[in-house]
Amino acid sequence: MTGNDKASSPPTVAERSSSAAIAVDHLVKVYKQTRAVDDISFSLPRGSITGLLGGNGAGKTTTIAMIMGLVLPTSGRVQVLGHRMPEESAAVLGRMNFESPYVDMPMRLTVRQNLTVFGNLYAVKNLSDRIATLAADLDLTDFIDRANGKLSAGQKTRVALAKALINQPELLLLDEPTASLDPDTADWVRSHLERYRKANNATILLASHNMLEVERLCDRVIIMKRGRIEDDDTPEAIMARYNRTTLEEVFLDVARGRVNGVQETAR
Amino acid sequence: MNQASLHRGISLQRIGAMILRYWYLLLSSWPRLLELLYWPALQVITWGFLQLYIAQNANFFARAGGTLIGAVILWDILFRGQLGFSISFLEEMWARNLGNLMMSPLKPIEFLLSLMIMSLIRLAIGVIPMTLLALFLFHFNVYALGLPLIALFCNLIFTSWSVGIFVSGLVLRNGLGAESIVWTLMFGIMPLACVYYPVSVLPVWLQYVAWTLPPTYVFEGMRALLIENAFRTDLMLSALAINAVLLVASFGAFLALLRSARKQGSLLSGGE
Repeated sequence: MTGNDKASSPPTVAERSSSAAIAVDHLVKVYKQTRAVDDISFSLPRGSITGLLGGNGAGKTTTIAMIMGLVLPTSGRVQVLGHRMPEESAAVLGRMNFESPYVDMPMRLTVRQNLTVFGNLYAVKNLSDRIATLAADLDLTDFIDRANGKLSAGQKTRVALAKALINQPELLLLDEPTASLDPDTADWVRSHLERYRKANNATILLASHNMLEVERLCDRVIIMKRGRIEDDDTPEAIMARYNRTTLEEVFLDVARGRVNGVQETAR
Repeated sequence: MNQASLHRGISLQRIGAMILRYWYLLLSSWPRLLELLYWPALQVITWGFLQLYIAQNANFFARAGGTLIGAVILWDILFRGQLGFSISFLEEMWARNLGNLMMSPLKPIEFLLSLMIMSLIRLAIGVIPMTLLALFLFHFNVYALGLPLIALFCNLIFTSWSVGIFVSGLVLRNGLGAESIVWTLMFGIMPLACVYYPVSVLPVWLQYVAWTLPPTYVFEGMRALLIENAFRTDLMLSALAINAVLLVASFGAFLALLRSARKQGSLLSGGE
């Protein structure tokens, strides 16, 4: 094989996996009789921001949990930053982070104490400076010495985001990052995520029900339904394919089994 | 960020971070601190007066001064050691913080080591005042046992950690619905550990079961010290050997239960 042949040939699975931030290959998760995730495969390039869309029970959270190593797949494989999960998780957990409505920060600890604990868990150097930077960036200064349990929902979300960014992760997994936030705070969080991604060339995988959020932030969308990938493309391409002008309309079409606005069973 | 330390060996920084987390929690909550002191003090007062009463009316107990109150203090080391371990673990479940920890570079062994150190800290807060109370009220000086006290203490704390590790694994796997096991499991072994009476009191067949438990050796050893003034190294070494097996087995069980929790997805739910 010549050098030219090699350059023009498509990359192998192994090459794609090692260069990708996340590579998911034929992933399946079965809980007793429920097939929560059903043979999905995708690969996210580094520096990309991808939205994982789907209704309740579509398998988004389980997929993210398997990528993080919190849930073991029934079959299939996951590679994160070139390492197999969960077997090689020790090599990557310090380079990634996450935010999820399924976990909380300890309520009795102050914001500063929480960030100090997590900063030490992630072996962050110059931790005081890092906390000060995050406090300034995420507007935490006014309540940094207040117990987490005494904060409003919006303040808690910003603290959770500060925890997720404490180690300046190369990969950020976000499950409903703006759920239960007012529009102003939600917009503010999205702007911060955009800035963070650009400044750090970070990869972000975002599970959300908020279509406007996905349209604004994501350069790629993966739509899941009943554990399977229904579609996977740029937001524009998906909207064009469904002949729709918003992702929300596409989402409703997918959820209700319609193609171009027509019920599939009626066609 | 120190990438190298994230995946090589045990990190003292991460263990320190977890201890800091529990220390912040203790300092932020006076009921938690009070609870550490309240029950051991109540125990030693109740049993101390009972010992006084019995000693005044029974010749044997007059000679065997301190066996009851000594047993209460040592039992509290065993029970409180396990509770100190398990409550720190439960704090993560109650706070819904376990997912954050499991997703961080913290390794299971580091998590368990931090819980062990916290059990010692919580024990010191509760049991040291208890021993001083016993000295002040009943003139029972547990520290007069000298170096043998270290052997008794180490064996009890090793058993408490083994039980703590195992029940934490059960809660991890089964959620907070299994929380009651944390509070009751140690009481299940109390009759067989022969805390307040010698092993010879038990039926012969039950004695064989009792001798499989390290605390049985410790309480027999304590009675030998207080009544015969003899330090039974044979008992302490036997207890140590069984404790070594229990610690390895409980750690193995914890890892198996953690794996099962990952399979079942219970690290995400953590509920009932």
